[in-house]
Amino acid sequence: MSFRARHLLGIDHLKPDEITSLLDLAEDYVALNRRTVKHSDALEGLTQINMFFENSTRTQASFELAGKRLGADVMNMAVSQSSVKKGETLIDTALTLNAMQPDLLVVRHPHSGAVNLLAEKVNCAVINAGDGRHEHPTQALLDALTIRRAKGRLHRLTVAICGDIAHSRVARSNLILLGKMENRIRLIGPATLMPSGVAEMGVELYEDMREGLKGADVVMMLRLQRERMDGGFIPSEREYFHRWGLDAEKLALAAPDAIVMHPGPMNRGVEIDGTIADDINRSVIQDQVEMGVAVRMAALDLLARNLRAERGRAATGEV
Amino acid sequence: MDLIFANARLIDPETQEDAPGSLRVTNGRISGRGAPDEPAPEGGTVIDCGGRALAPGLIDWGVKIGEPGERHKESFRSAGRAAAAGGVTTMIARPDTIPPIDTPEALEFVARRALDAPVNIHHMAALTKSREGREMVEIGFLTDLGAVAFTDGVRVVRDTKLLSRCMTYARGLDALIVGHPQDPGLSQGAAATSGKFASLYGIPSVSPMAEVIGLDRDLALVAMTRCRWHADQITTAGALPALGRARQAGLDITAGISIHHLTLNEFDVGDYRTFFRFTPPLRSEDDRQAMVQAVADGLIDVIASFHTPQDEESKRLPFEAAAPGAVGLQTLLPAALRLYHQGGLTLPQLWRAMSLNPARRMKLPSGRLSTGAPADLVLFDPDAPFLMDRFTLLSKSKNTPFDGARMQGRVLGTWVAGRRVHGDDA
Repeated sequence: MSFRARHLLGIDHLKPDEITSLLDLAEDYVALNRRTVKHSDALEGLTQINMFFENSTRTQASFELAGKRLGADVMNMAVSQSSVKKGETLIDTALTLNAMQPDLLVVRHPHSGAVNLLAEKVNCAVINAGDGRHEHPTQALLDALTIRRAKGRLHRLTVAICGDIAHSRVARSNLILLGKMENRIRLIGPATLMPSGVAEMGVELYEDMREGLKGADVVMMLRLQRERMDGGFIPSEREYFHRWGLDAEKLALAAPDAIVMHPGPMNRGVEIDGTIADDINRSVIQDQVEMGVAVRMAALDLLARNLRAERGRAATGEV
Repeated sequence: MDLIFANARLIDPETQEDAPGSLRVTNGRISGRGAPDEPAPEGGTVIDCGGRALAPGLIDWGVKIGEPGERHKESFRSAGRAAAAGGVTTMIARPDTIPPIDTPEALEFVARRALDAPVNIHHMAALTKSREGREMVEIGFLTDLGAVAFTDGVRVVRDTKLLSRCMTYARGLDALIVGHPQDPGLSQGAAATSGKFASLYGIPSVSPMAEVIGLDRDLALVAMTRCRWHADQITTAGALPALGRARQAGLDITAGISIHHLTLNEFDVGDYRTFFRFTPPLRSEDDRQAMVQAVADGLIDVIASFHTPQDEESKRLPFEAAAPGAVGLQTLLPAALRLYHQGGLTLPQLWRAMSLNPARRMKLPSGRLSTGAPADLVLFDPDAPFLMDRFTLLSKSKNTPFDGARMQGRVLGTWVAGRRVHGDDA
């Protein structure tokens, strides 16, 4: 097994072979999760704490389920409602938590880089469950697994990522992962939602969605945040849907066997037509959710193995 | 059927020629040019121009029409008649109506109403919803419906972040944004330009520097976003260097000026005459002369009337409380000819600024005499003198600063797509 990382803070620090071995292990967990008895003792005796400084239902549930299926003791902390409100700094929260001896820490935070900061202060393995506009590595990994299963490979594909690229950590992590695996990446969206300097990242930029979708193997839609809809970045929902919403007419320009992805939760009628999202021949949106649990199990498992090995070395005095 | 304009003095803004000749029109389009005494083809109609000037019809960029909201000041019908009489064959209508033209539905309404007018009308749309500077309009839908530009008029978008996003979004659609370069803080409440005149008369005033500040800000945002941009009015000499630098840097920018700022100065206000109240206010004589030179040099691209009808009650007020603006559709041509008679500008230079450049900027096929262009034409006697009587104007509103003025230049005929809309047999 070639997964060497201590933490999973982003895709950026992973090598292609680490990504591949994580996805390979996730395949085993997909099989496990489809059984009636979905249990392994990979994390037996370990404590997993999910710390969400930003509201989340889906991702938190996915991590909780992943930890429990692997036998860990899982605790959820909705930090947004607790000590932070009382003025405690992120580092103090981390130190307090560290004193409780967790083994795996899953963190989501609204500020880019906050999870990296926290990881420096604790003795356990940290998984980034999304930090600001920076990274969301498990989302990119679950997307990768979904693509690999649907298309039979994870390289030499044309992937169109559409929508609010500027504010999306999902887009950033996917951009990095798909780039590492040697795919052709197109970013599609209004210029107001395109991050600056992205043209130098080896991707193709399209403002015209019809152009951008031509021949794409994978169409990855992003969620448009409510607060960006009215006038600030784009004029209105209806103009956005007209120009960048995925409907049957625009999708027809993609490859005939193109798959449609969305990290959820969807705004039907804003970024994606409901009938496309529900089309079982094109949409793999439900598969993404399923792969999410498996990928998170694989990530927890691999980090726990590395953590155990590291502690073993420390106990025997190895360096 | 062919129409021959024979024995004309052709004013060609593309070639900058002012020479005798004849012009042939076929099916509403210009089909060729010939000698002054070109014989009429079989079945064609000959109009003997008698050596008078024949030029592309004026394209007046920034016409306020009172529909919707202020139809008692001006309607599409009355504005259209005034335009035809003034040699204006295309009006570019402003969106600062009540309510503003800020939705596709509102644009469809004015587009329907515009069919009342005998001349061409294109519409600008607001840049932000309700012109409040908080949310951008549906630039995509409005562009699809034919909006030629986006502007909040004299209301400056203060929020630079929002303005930069509007510009970025517009760039993707190749939409033109029209700015009003003015620092809104400095110019708040001002009715005159700072200086001896404003001080003597006690009129609240603004430094010409407010225009420089506004222009610098807007040009920096244009450099950042690379959108297509036009300054509605540049009226002070101090703003010209920045404009020149930005153009040299390759920004896609143009600039306009009102005919009033080219022909009047701050002293014309005289005894608090409210027909001389404008936004921005009239400038010094030095500024006026610098602007005429800037038009001659091509640094200022567009001359327009900024036709702004106001009813009598809006003007019968203390100077600083009076509504700004003047009607101009019928006075644009004779006022512009003042610059020709004074020797500052040639007729082809004037027509470059009043027909060719606005057409190019808004990607219209008109505004020129070349073959294939729509036969939007004005025939006029540049020398005919007259005394302006504001009650002879066809606009519903009569607020012209040229009332009682001696002027030269009479429109003899106006044609839109080869059809006569003003003159003897219109």
